[in-house]
Amino acid sequence: MKQFLSFVRKEFRQIFRDRRTLLILLIMPLMLVLLLGYAIKTELNDARVAVFDPSKDTETRRVIERIQASEYFTVVRELDSPDEIGEVFKSGDIGLVVVFSERFASDMPSGEASIQLIADGTDPNQASLLTSYAQGVLSSYQAELLEQSRVPTRIDVVTRMLYNPQGESAYNFVPGVMGVVLMLICAMMTSVSIVREKETGTMEILLASPMRPIHIILSKMTPYFTLSVTNVVTILLLAVFVMGVPIRGSLLWLAVVSAVFIVVALSLGLLISTLVDSQMAALLASGVGLMMPTLVFSGLIFPLESMPAALRWIADLIPARWYISAMRKIMIQGVDASCFAVELCVLLAMAAVLVAVAWKKFKIRLG
Amino acid sequence: MSAVIVDQLYKSYGKTRALNGVSFSVDEGELYGIIGPDGAGKSTLFRVLTTLMLADKGQAQVMGYDVVKDYRKIRDIIGYMPGKFSLYQDLTVEENLRFFATVFNTTIEENYHLIADIYKQIEPFKHRKAGKLSGGMKQKLALSCALIHKPKVLFLDEPTTGVDPVSRKEFWGMLLKLKRQGITILVSTPYMDEASLCDRIALVQAGEFLQVDTPRSVVSRYPATLLAVRSGKMHRLLGDLRDYPHVNTSFSFGTAFHVTLREGGSPDDLKAYLMQKGHSDVAIQAILPSVEDCFMLLSK
Repeated sequence: MKQFLSFVRKEFRQIFRDRRTLLILLIMPLMLVLLLGYAIKTELNDARVAVFDPSKDTETRRVIERIQASEYFTVVRELDSPDEIGEVFKSGDIGLVVVFSERFASDMPSGEASIQLIADGTDPNQASLLTSYAQGVLSSYQAELLEQSRVPTRIDVVTRMLYNPQGESAYNFVPGVMGVVLMLICAMMTSVSIVREKETGTMEILLASPMRPIHIILSKMTPYFTLSVTNVVTILLLAVFVMGVPIRGSLLWLAVVSAVFIVVALSLGLLISTLVDSQMAALLASGVGLMMPTLVFSGLIFPLESMPAALRWIADLIPARWYISAMRKIMIQGVDASCFAVELCVLLAMAAVLVAVAWKKFKIRLG
Repeated sequence: MSAVIVDQLYKSYGKTRALNGVSFSVDEGELYGIIGPDGAGKSTLFRVLTTLMLADKGQAQVMGYDVVKDYRKIRDIIGYMPGKFSLYQDLTVEENLRFFATVFNTTIEENYHLIADIYKQIEPFKHRKAGKLSGGMKQKLALSCALIHKPKVLFLDEPTTGVDPVSRKEFWGMLLKLKRQGITILVSTPYMDEASLCDRIALVQAGEFLQVDTPRSVVSRYPATLLAVRSGKMHRLLGDLRDYPHVNTSFSFGTAFHVTLREGGSPDDLKAYLMQKGHSDVAIQAILPSVEDCFMLLSK
């Protein structure tokens, strides 16, 4: 036990001394989450909006203010005539034009006040995104009017996506990024740190010492397990408090599933370390051999449902695919354990097999 | 009792034969030197004996334990210092020592007396990272780490390679002290001058033991009279020596050539021959052979 603790302390010391690696370990996951969650997300921020308001009354002012106030839109221009609409789209910096009917306020009681949303159809995805967001803003305004028991305007919007009412991509990305990041840290770092001992020759001394190989393995895994747990926690904190991703399901199950997945990834790293002899090879093996399939087959980028059957079978062999699926169910759908029992069982089986194989392959001698 | 018994060890890497039927034994408390050039199979032999590698054929025992079957018992009682500096470069001197102490189930304090002589010299730098030490200090730290658990047998694979002459001398002083404490030491080295400090030496080449004896007997068994030959024109000397029909061997040794003659040759005759070839200041002197001379003769 003392040997083990001393070894773990040594590992931590080495990790903390290697500032650059440590920074990568702790900051990179957060960067990835932010990048994938914000930059690549398929939603809007500050889309530029022009307004044509022939009626210029208090009600239209209020609607414009409301659009301006939303985080998605910035009203940058007021148009003087409908002829300018084509012009602003051609200039390319306006994504959406909001057109009010004449005598807007006075038409409201009769329900004839209307708002037209015009978007640039050359990018249909972006256009439909813009209009649906705008509709969202308008309908919430309308709901407010109703509450104040004033007569509704004629804007009715009925689009709603299940689980993700605003189509926020961060919801989907967070579990995916966690899967990829954990795979990367656990597998890559474990394999590299074991192979480094082989390369520098310290493994030779360790093997020729009374230290049992199982202790060497466990003390290598412990620090990276700890680091990975830290990463899970920081990613979740970031997701919940910064990006507003909910955790609807049980935290306990979330922890259990994550822990099992981390063990799977750690044993993959261990397995790699028994197969290669240089840090470079370990990096390549875990980078190309694990990261690529994880990214492609985990359903993070390409939806699994649209893959041919043969590829889906391959995907079923990727641990991250099961982890991400389970995490989506726990975090976003908030379902109970019976719904992700399959995922959990598959991960447990993978963990058992990988630990056994890695343990068997770990050499008690050199070469 | 023998501390190490080796019987007909064979080991090949592909087509390269690293060990080619090696047999020898080391007595308890002996300082045993394995002398030979790079690639002679010294490191392979050490790895087999420290249970890190399996031989293709043959048997070996350390303190009565079989290197294959009882590898775990052997790992409890040996100290091993690999040829390459193998400590954690990013840990400090003290952290390294403390780590290896716990790995071997002991503490620095418990066995401090054993390493005191050596460790005292590097203790002023104990907060320095091991990677930042000089070659000599690294070897002292590595020796301290290999000694901290009071091993019964110490395996040192080329401990002085890449170390300056002063540190080398100190290092051997330490080995002699350790020997006095009853520790059996197997040490390999490519430096022949270190051989004379061993109790017995084995001259190794290409995976085979050429000769095993005390350094004194190895030298006294030298079969011929050895001459040191110098001249004013050293660069031409080797060629001219080889042309002399009665020269048996001639090797360059620092400032002179060490030469043995066949029947029919004599120092005076050689001197006359060299003068005739245009050499001036020819000096020929009978000398006592060193271990290196013996090695060169044996490996010829």
